[in-house]
Amino acid sequence: MVNTRSQWIGMWTLLKKEVLRFWRVVFQTVASPVITAVLYLMIFSHVLGERVQVYEGVAYTSFLIPGLIMMSLLQNAFSNSSSSLVQSKVMGNIVFLLLTPLSYIQFFVAFLVASILRGIFVGFVIYIVALFYVDLPINHPFFVISFAILGGGLLGTFGIIAGIWSDRFDQMAAFGNFVIMPLSFLSGVFYSIHSLPEIWQSISKLNPFFYIIDGFRFGFFGQSDISPWISLSIVTIFFIVLSVIAIRMLKSGYKLRN
Amino acid sequence: MKPAIIFKNVKKTYASLQAVDGISLNIPEGEFFGLLGPNGAGKSTMINMLAGLVKPTSGSISVMGYDVQASYQEARHSVGIVPQELVFDPFFNVREMLRFQAGYFGKGKENDSWIDEVIDRLDLREKAHTNMRKLSGGMKRRALIAQALVHRPPVIVLDEPTAGVDVELRQRLWSFIKELNKEGHTIVLTTHYLEEAEALCNSVAMMRSGKIVAADTTKNLLKKFASKNLKLRLDLKSNKTLPADIKRIQHEAIGQDYIFQLKKITDIAKITESLGKAKIDILDLQAVDIDLENVFLKLTGK
Repeated sequence: MVNTRSQWIGMWTLLKKEVLRFWRVVFQTVASPVITAVLYLMIFSHVLGERVQVYEGVAYTSFLIPGLIMMSLLQNAFSNSSSSLVQSKVMGNIVFLLLTPLSYIQFFVAFLVASILRGIFVGFVIYIVALFYVDLPINHPFFVISFAILGGGLLGTFGIIAGIWSDRFDQMAAFGNFVIMPLSFLSGVFYSIHSLPEIWQSISKLNPFFYIIDGFRFGFFGQSDISPWISLSIVTIFFIVLSVIAIRMLKSGYKLRN
Repeated sequence: MKPAIIFKNVKKTYASLQAVDGISLNIPEGEFFGLLGPNGAGKSTMINMLAGLVKPTSGSISVMGYDVQASYQEARHSVGIVPQELVFDPFFNVREMLRFQAGYFGKGKENDSWIDEVIDRLDLREKAHTNMRKLSGGMKRRALIAQALVHRPPVIVLDEPTAGVDVELRQRLWSFIKELNKEGHTIVLTTHYLEEAEALCNSVAMMRSGKIVAADTTKNLLKKFASKNLKLRLDLKSNKTLPADIKRIQHEAIGQDYIFQLKKITDIAKITESLGKAKIDILDLQAVDIDLENVFLKLTGK
């Protein structure tokens, strides 16, 4: 009745459904963040492109792009799992998942991977569009891929936690507006933290988004504010901690099975 | 008969509310079982605990021998639940949704022919490619039932399946559920409609305030509480009273109407003969059958 094959089919089906869910509304889930990122790119590069140089030999527009890609990737990974869960809870159709033999691990992995895929897909489209503006070589693909997967995973997991915790859309929106947005804008997407006063540099180092963006940028330019290995370790620790919280919430049935 | 569902001293407490208060219940395999009770009696809590949607405060529940907590995967494979609310996923059409639901239960492409059969049997073929959002209430109800059947569960639980459904569809759903029962599925039905339970269920349990107040076969329950009633409108002049032999039969008088509780059907002849002798005219006569509704009202004290 319950064998390895059926377990795989169960998880694969949920992953497929979660991917199709965002794919069905691709204008909202992919086209819209890409347009937002391109607008940022056009405006900031127009205003600051000639005046600011962050890294030696790297144009400001080029510097900006990895940050914009990662910011969109993170926001979309968060949106995917959180909005899917809240919507299912509000509509009541979460019951179809809860009635199934899917384990909490299968549930977690399917939602997580779907979030990573959406985040990476949005990021990839922005990268392709950006290539029309600037030349953007990838010097260390390992770091680009690792930070893309880990960043998407971290925010996908955070989205699962927010989705389970929120009972209404406005509660979930509060996570976006009061947590995700400030952390994205204060993470060094538009600047290097070395340009900040000492105190803000220290505060920035408490922000996990900073490490994701800094390490991701290293993958493109081979330059970063801190070592990409340190960033990778810190992001991995954040990811593990949030995963443990999300898995425990799913295992206990918190706000889902009561 | 092996039990399909066992509730063992199950309790569920919400803050100050005792929703289910120590219920023990065995439902044999192949049974058509009705769980009846007024709103708030605890029926849905029972179903939700069986489905694993709510954890019992204490006690244990098993489906086809699998504990719903310890062996939740096997238990959930064994049961298909039709929820009370018309919930649906707005992103997908009927067939996609059924495929997904089967997939969650580990069923691959080999299950597609069964999905087709379920679609046909529930008359959903024309709507198979229609988005769930665009279905009428009745169609959504059928899709919900289809969804509960995609993994071929031996036990099927229907929580108020005909609430808000028109008479024609109700009849069709009844015959469909009866067929499933004939094919060997154990059916558990919660309902407000007592005629539904009387027409379909072999046995019923009646709940009130989280407790079972009666559990027996529908036949026994009706027999236990049943009595044929004869309602007569009598032309009793002021100087006349009921003859003594009739007075001994238990009765109730409401104005000109007298309702006699008959022990056996031949009592009718005795009553009419005696009234004839006493020259009391019968203005109207009506036989009143006791049904599950009367039993229910007696037991639930409403």
